[in-house]
Amino acid sequence: MSKKIIKGKVFVLGDNIDTDQIIPAKYLNLVPTIPEEYKKLGSYALSGLPAEHKTSYIRNGGMETEYPIIIAGRNFGCGSSREHAPISLGAAGCEAVIASSFARIFFRNCISTGELYPIETATDIAGNFKTGDEAEITIEGADVHITSNGKKYTLKSLGDVLEVIDSGGIFTYARKAGMI
Amino acid sequence: MGMTITEYILAKASGRRRVDPGDNIWVSADILMTHDVCGPGTIGVFKREFGEKAKVWNKEGVVIIPDHYIFTADPKCHRNVDILRDFVKEQGLPHFYDPGTPSYAGVCHVALPENGHCRPGEVLFGTDSHTCTHGAFGEFATGIGNTDAGFVMGTGKLLIKVPASIKFEIDGTLLDGVMAKDVILKIIGDLGVDGATYCAMEFSGPAIDALSIDERMTICNMAIEAGGKNGIIAADKKTVDFVKAHTDKSFECFKSDKDAGYLKVYKYRAEDFRPCVALPFSPDKVFNASELKDRKIDRAYIGSCTGGKLEDFIAAAKILNGRKVKVDTFIIPSTVNVKRAMEKEKIDGKDLFTIFREAGCQEPGEPSCAACLGGPEDTYGRCNNKEVCISTTNRNFPGRMGSIDSQTILASPLTAAASALTGYVTDPCEFLK
Repeated sequence: MSKKIIKGKVFVLGDNIDTDQIIPAKYLNLVPTIPEEYKKLGSYALSGLPAEHKTSYIRNGGMETEYPIIIAGRNFGCGSSREHAPISLGAAGCEAVIASSFARIFFRNCISTGELYPIETATDIAGNFKTGDEAEITIEGADVHITSNGKKYTLKSLGDVLEVIDSGGIFTYARKAGMI
Repeated sequence: MGMTITEYILAKASGRRRVDPGDNIWVSADILMTHDVCGPGTIGVFKREFGEKAKVWNKEGVVIIPDHYIFTADPKCHRNVDILRDFVKEQGLPHFYDPGTPSYAGVCHVALPENGHCRPGEVLFGTDSHTCTHGAFGEFATGIGNTDAGFVMGTGKLLIKVPASIKFEIDGTLLDGVMAKDVILKIIGDLGVDGATYCAMEFSGPAIDALSIDERMTICNMAIEAGGKNGIIAADKKTVDFVKAHTDKSFECFKSDKDAGYLKVYKYRAEDFRPCVALPFSPDKVFNASELKDRKIDRAYIGSCTGGKLEDFIAAAKILNGRKVKVDTFIIPSTVNVKRAMEKEKIDGKDLFTIFREAGCQEPGEPSCAACLGGPEDTYGRCNNKEVCISTTNRNFPGRMGSIDSQTILASPLTAAASALTGYVTDPCEFLK
């Protein structure tokens, strides 16, 4: 079984981070399958966060984030079906979002695109982290956990979803399964 | 145990006799709808995965309705519509509603049923979260991303999980001044914005039966605001008459068994609903309009798939007829058909546009999604500053209608119109006496 390690700084968010906050609608004129526009979407990731968020996900003028791990509360990615949302995060260099729950379409879009790992927690752990903390996620089959500041938190298994993301999305998975 | 309407439709679409919540099944799509915001990306995925020369799985099944960023000078938005045009031409697709031509329709969720693309018992996927609207026609309809849509475009199939169903039974008769929007806002307020995550929301009972098609669409439209995978109302005579008036295609009506299994059943008395609003920045921050008399607003917005249908404008016109608005009031018919019907519809001998003009509303916008989701900065009705907007749309997230400093209060067309008259959140019953 392959073991995946995601290491880096965490970016901490609250509940109900909606798709307008992840990628504001004015940037939906960008088409994710056009390579330079895919990168541009990354530069706008989480640019719709209200002013009380003192730290920007992308440093002013930058194209990528220094935070490969997002830790949030409930209902992450609620709202629109815009695939631009997981894509903007993935294009910015986000590798995993940990949340106590995800909105359905966002979760599905993470899997279908293979852009990032949407990992659920049994309880809200966002309060135990602050933006900038160094952390390490380990995904090894059903064993998924994050360690930071010497503490280890068990995360929910990705189940069947892991294989789809690891294949690179729904197309590769469907080809492997003989569906297409 | 019996099955729910959602399970029956998904069983049929997957060639099985029975499906249960949690089953992962490949279902066949009847319709794939896309628009100008997600269409180009969907086409990009389709070509990347199936090749430049690939053909869509079924020409009749692909419906392309540009509606989001149409009336803007933004060159990328125009380029995106051109990508759709080229694809339609290359594939020979018959169902394309091209901006700037007589076929242009407007907001996809209102245009789909107007053009006969919604039929009971079918599976409709759309690259828009408000695709759940079409459950109002007794079909399974849900929003998907570009990658899944590219997959459907090439194969006609999609792997989905069968959702558990939650039933909402509404007994009795809604009071004057209460609209479908109030019903769904109250339900979202009770459930929370993730209260129905991954679930089918099934609406039934005498109060639902009594609703018009337009009003049923409003209810199902906002299922996504509680996290629902789909909203659904079983087809009845009203549905069948509507559908037959818009298409010659045959269809099959399903309904839930009496012993179907539900994750939860909520029972409501229709008489308990009141005109209500959802305050910023979440559709579940729901309060009765009568409790918020001191809440000042700067503008009112009547439009979108949720609140820009003919009956929504008739409701607003009843309130605004012979009165003057105190704040900037924006009127945006969802579709060209709705706009034409508004020209014909008369109250006291006056058509709806005359009523809105005499009331001091802004010059009406062109049929489209307009400022419901903000959009490019030159979008009609967009909140570009610190406006507080009472709106018949569906979301009030931070920055939803434009500027991050603006605020959206969600309301029914009656409540939005009444509030436009006073400049404060106002219960429409004050003007219906």
